[in-house]
Amino acid sequence: MDSCSRRLMKELQQLSTEPPTGIICSRDIASDDLKQWRVEVVGAPGTLYEGERFTLQFRFSPQYPFSSPEVMFVGQNIPAHPHVYSNGHICLSILADDWTPALSVQSVCLSIISMLSSAKEKKHPIDDAIYVRTCNKNPNKTRWWFHDDTV
Amino acid sequence: MADDDDYYEQYSNSSSDGEDVDLVSEDDGIAMESEDAAGVSNNVRESQEIESRTMTVKDLTVEMRDTINDVANIVGISPGMCRILLHKFQWQKESLLERYYEATNADAFLRQAQVLPKVAIEKPISNIGDCDVCCDTTQLCGLACNHLACDTCWKSYLETKITDGNTSEIQCIASNCRLLIEDEKVLHYVTDPKIRAVYEKLQINSYVETNRLLKWCPTADCGRAIKVQQSEARPVLCESCRQRFCFGCSYEWHEPVNCRLLKLWMKKCQDDSETSNWINANTKECPKCNATIEKDGGCNHMTCRNQACRTEFCWMCLGAWEPHGNSWYNCNRFDDSNAKNARSAQEQSRAALQRYLHFYNRYMGHQQSLRLEAKLYATVKTKMEQMQQQSMSWIEVQFLRKAVDVLSECRRTLMYTYAFAYYLKKDNQSMIFEDNQKDLEMATEQLSEFLERDLENENLVTLKQKVQDKYRYVDHRRQILLKYCREGQEKEEWEFNA
Ligand SMILES: [Zn+2]
Ligand SMILES: [Zn+2]
Ligand SMILES: [Zn+2]
Ligand SMILES: [Zn+2]
Ligand SMILES: [Zn+2]
Ligand SMILES: [Zn+2]
Repeated sequence: MDSCSRRLMKELQQLSTEPPTGIICSRDIASDDLKQWRVEVVGAPGTLYEGERFTLQFRFSPQYPFSSPEVMFVGQNIPAHPHVYSNGHICLSILADDWTPALSVQSVCLSIISMLSSAKEKKHPIDDAIYVRTCNKNPNKTRWWFHDDTV
Repeated sequence: MADDDDYYEQYSNSSSDGEDVDLVSEDDGIAMESEDAAGVSNNVRESQEIESRTMTVKDLTVEMRDTINDVANIVGISPGMCRILLHKFQWQKESLLERYYEATNADAFLRQAQVLPKVAIEKPISNIGDCDVCCDTTQLCGLACNHLACDTCWKSYLETKITDGNTSEIQCIASNCRLLIEDEKVLHYVTDPKIRAVYEKLQINSYVETNRLLKWCPTADCGRAIKVQQSEARPVLCESCRQRFCFGCSYEWHEPVNCRLLKLWMKKCQDDSETSNWINANTKECPKCNATIEKDGGCNHMTCRNQACRTEFCWMCLGAWEPHGNSWYNCNRFDDSNAKNARSAQEQSRAALQRYLHFYNRYMGHQQSLRLEAKLYATVKTKMEQMQQQSMSWIEVQFLRKAVDVLSECRRTLMYTYAFAYYLKKDNQSMIFEDNQKDLEMATEQLSEFLERDLENENLVTLKQKVQDKYRYVDHRRQILLKYCREGQEKEEWEFNA
């Protein structure tokens, strides 16, 4: 087995045996070849998204974990958030420049939950309309200009 | 990232005492370039130009290594660590050493610079274990921080960072560690000569981009960097490709407008491309008979091609040409009395657009003329050959090329005066500026018209004197305008609406 599959296998196993709070791990989260996952996250209590469920799609290239996974929100419920575009793309530095192989599906999910938690207002980024019209389908093809993380 | 920026700000000392380079006295119009440089108008020495050195990648590598070794000998750490340290200090060796000596705790200093780990976890007793990255059980190794991974993973990690991440400042594989990996370690794992070559290129790039005294020449594929004594927004010349550019923003030299306003202006022109589309830069209609007129030379004095019409008008304002030679005529000044009278919001936004278009049209007009001046170089070259056949020497006929050089410089300056004027607040000073601008514009059009229309009919004996008189006058007007703008800037008298 190549190292990418071995690593994904191990992550899947860990995540399904002991999923942390906020991450829901149904049985069929990963495709057969493990290269595409769908993970559900739940908005943390006491935040604007409390109890809301969102689906995150992960796609892995053969270079994973050296290259970052392609991560976006999919489905009916895309959170309105200053770092989330209405097409599901997420502006988060660990998904681009700050990605390291030491991060994982689990740590990405937890970062996204904490990103949601820090929102003070439910709305998409100001450049949403232009971005959604002009961006590449693959969020990793975007040269992200990171929004202020404290927002 | 924010931490890094603070770090620079805190330690960088920006000294600038604005030493002026002597104004170069104009010679008798003898350009010193070889003849094949015709068409490039960089022969007019720019008076603001700063002393600089054009460096090849090899020069840069030597200089970088020398600096690293100097510091390594003093501080007593590896060259790879020194490169990181110097990078943090934007390659200001003196301020780095100063801070180093001032630091009460050398280790703390190195920790802050990400050269030593913030916290080192304990080294495990056995070097065999599970690699967190590939999940294999094998021999593990790490940096001073003891974050471990197997050899294969370190290698893949570094290679991906170099080829995809395009950086030569690579952090530890652990996500919150931030320890930067020294070159020696990187090269220990990265052995592929191709990737090593990319890494070397990235090092040089990082050297130039963080060094305040260096800028890449903006010409595509030139690959030279320009080194100055002190960083200022002044023009520099690349000795290799003869490109002159602003050291402040790497754009072509743009006096009198400053780097900040130029950037705003260019962005505005880009954003407003929809409105500017309908201006249609290359064709306009004759104001009298509505025949479509295409511009084919730099001169703004247009004559309608329609034989029955032959109206003479100004390309910029579409007004009759006749009054343009008179001092009372204002082709350059935007009359905003209409804007003041505008009541409704719609009228006001229309007035704002009108105002913008006034400046945009003239900015683009001069830019377009500047491009068309290439054609004039060809005309002038033919004329020069003709004159040489009539027993004038090569040197004696250079005045014609000099005239086109001066014309191009004036067009360029005029172009940027409209970006400057767009943001300028209206007051007494801006009126004087507009007068200067008008004088330069008038003189420029006269020279342009003479070179485009009258060259053929002039007798060779009087031609030289006439051309020289004209270009000297135009250049004089240009110097006056620029001097006025510079003085205002030194006294901080200009007020901008941005
Ligand atoms: Zn490994
Ligand atoms: Zn580390
Ligand atoms: Zn160059
Ligand atoms: Zn500039
Ligand atoms: Zn006409
Ligand atoms: Zn006019």
